[in-house]
Amino acid sequence: MRKHKHYTAESIIFDIFIAIFMLAFIIITVYPVINTIAISFNDGTDAVRGGIHLWPRKFSLRNFKTVLKMEDLLVGAKNSVLRTVLATLSSLFACALLAFVLSRKRFLFKRGFSLFWVITMYVNGGMIPTFVLYKSLGLTNSFWVYVVPGMVSAWNMLVLRTYMHGLPDSLEESAQLDGAGYWTVFTKIISPLCKPVYATIALFVAVYQWNSWFDSMLYNRLADEHTTLQYELMKLLSSVMQQSTSAEAAKNSAATVTPVTIRAAATVVTMLPIICLYPFLQRYFVTGLTIGGVKE
Amino acid sequence: MAKEKKNKNVDEIKDRKITWKEIKRQKALLIISFFMLVYGIVFYYLPLAGWLMAFQKYKPKLGIFGSKFVGLENFKFLFMNKSVAFWPVVRNTFFMGLLNLVTQTVMAVLFAILLNEIKANVIKKPIQTISYLPHFLSWIIVTGILHDALSNSGIVNELLLKFGLTDRVIDFFAHPEYFWGIVAFAHCWKETGWNAIIYLAAITAIDPCLYEAASIDGAGRLQKIKYITLPGIKPTFMILLLINIGNLLNAGFEVQYLLGNGLVKKVSDTIDIFVLKWGISQNDFSLGTAAGIFKSVISITLILIFNNIAKRNGDERLF
Repeated sequence: MRKHKHYTAESIIFDIFIAIFMLAFIIITVYPVINTIAISFNDGTDAVRGGIHLWPRKFSLRNFKTVLKMEDLLVGAKNSVLRTVLATLSSLFACALLAFVLSRKRFLFKRGFSLFWVITMYVNGGMIPTFVLYKSLGLTNSFWVYVVPGMVSAWNMLVLRTYMHGLPDSLEESAQLDGAGYWTVFTKIISPLCKPVYATIALFVAVYQWNSWFDSMLYNRLADEHTTLQYELMKLLSSVMQQSTSAEAAKNSAATVTPVTIRAAATVVTMLPIICLYPFLQRYFVTGLTIGGVKE
Repeated sequence: MAKEKKNKNVDEIKDRKITWKEIKRQKALLIISFFMLVYGIVFYYLPLAGWLMAFQKYKPKLGIFGSKFVGLENFKFLFMNKSVAFWPVVRNTFFMGLLNLVTQTVMAVLFAILLNEIKANVIKKPIQTISYLPHFLSWIIVTGILHDALSNSGIVNELLLKFGLTDRVIDFFAHPEYFWGIVAFAHCWKETGWNAIIYLAAITAIDPCLYEAASIDGAGRLQKIKYITLPGIKPTFMILLLINIGNLLNAGFEVQYLLGNGLVKKVSDTIDIFVLKWGISQNDFSLGTAAGIFKSVISITLILIFNNIAKRNGDERLF
């Protein structure tokens, strides 16, 4: 009897509403992504006619061939990979080390030094003073502007610290009784236990690094050798935006690639790593969010 | 039990005195913190010294120490001079931020509650996984996709024409009245699933007994949502609200910069874009810094005010 209690009129209408809402939600989320992929595999001149939805109409790999020959894009891709790897490793190490220090109960300046970092979350100099500083430190027109400034982040550090606080103190104490120094405690005892939260933070930093474009524009606009994939994509996008009104011109030209399909192909190349890794790694993102919580 | 006792003992010696013995003991920690301190001062506190530029007629050649001080002249120019058009920019930033905050929160709460109503994990899990995929795409990609969808030959115009809702294509990016809505939609598209995660966690933490008791008393699903789920996620809602209100003015850059164009400039320019235009493009560092300071001061004031309100209401606070 109790089972049937659920099937009241109200409940059924509610279920239908949920079904419609979720269906619309999924379609709106997924459609544009699939549409971009379809366009990227479509012949350029044919795509200008519009009307391509979930599947390419006139299949072609030429867009990708063109994209993979673009010099700037390749340099950008190399830099994007490099910055993602370097910044992720260095930032994870630095944040974990700081979190370790600040989570030691005995640490003499625990309270003051924690406050020092919490303040940085709320107060910052802003765009212009930061720009002036980086310029005087020689970080403009340099690859290192991607790695050095963001290395220690109070937000990531706090997530790590919260996790480390949750580990039993007796671990550290017994290791120290056995003569281990802090460095050994950090590398041999705390870090292995922190693997899940390390993975999460590493992924967050990696995604952030991969998706960044503004720093390339602000600090390395004049240094083409330090461009990034996202910034190159942005340049492609703004050129398409200006040309979209003159679609007629593209229609008449004999070219088989058009700005629209080129950009679609570049977009697909840029989001490829994220889409491919996403199914395997997504659970780490979610754990991280719940470990750190929004507290602090 | 013994373990717990030991933990307590360590807690008690929190305020230990600074002695040579202790310093020697935690030499490693102190060395690391020294380097971290230097790093923090250079990259987080030194830029604050740059605020001096706002009170100077800053010349890059002369530097911060050589430039002439002019008092509040830059601020006066910023607030009073009509040709600078600072107030419309503040208005844009504030209202776009507010619109984004409201729509994003409503969508996230709605999505979380509705998703929670789906009991079959086979359906629930894939929906959730798909829902936060856009969070990991860059704004470049998202705005590009959105631009395609809203373009003259895009899917939105196609559907509008098909269903007879419009008789000719709408050029969404040429009309200022659509811009704020487009920006809010972009945020919802990218972040709804992600923002919902935290609410879903909060819903999961609600004691199931409450729902059972309500069922026995004859409560329907909507009633249970109204009287159990919504009050249950209120603390989470409050914390997120506090964080987001503090960030209200910070949330106006990437989308507006990437989607804005000459035709909608009046409604799309935000404080950050203003700083970029005046500070970097026009090289007026002083004016750019002044605008940045204005933003920081308002942000911190907002955080403090709302933190206080929450404190008075006895809800969870930020710090």
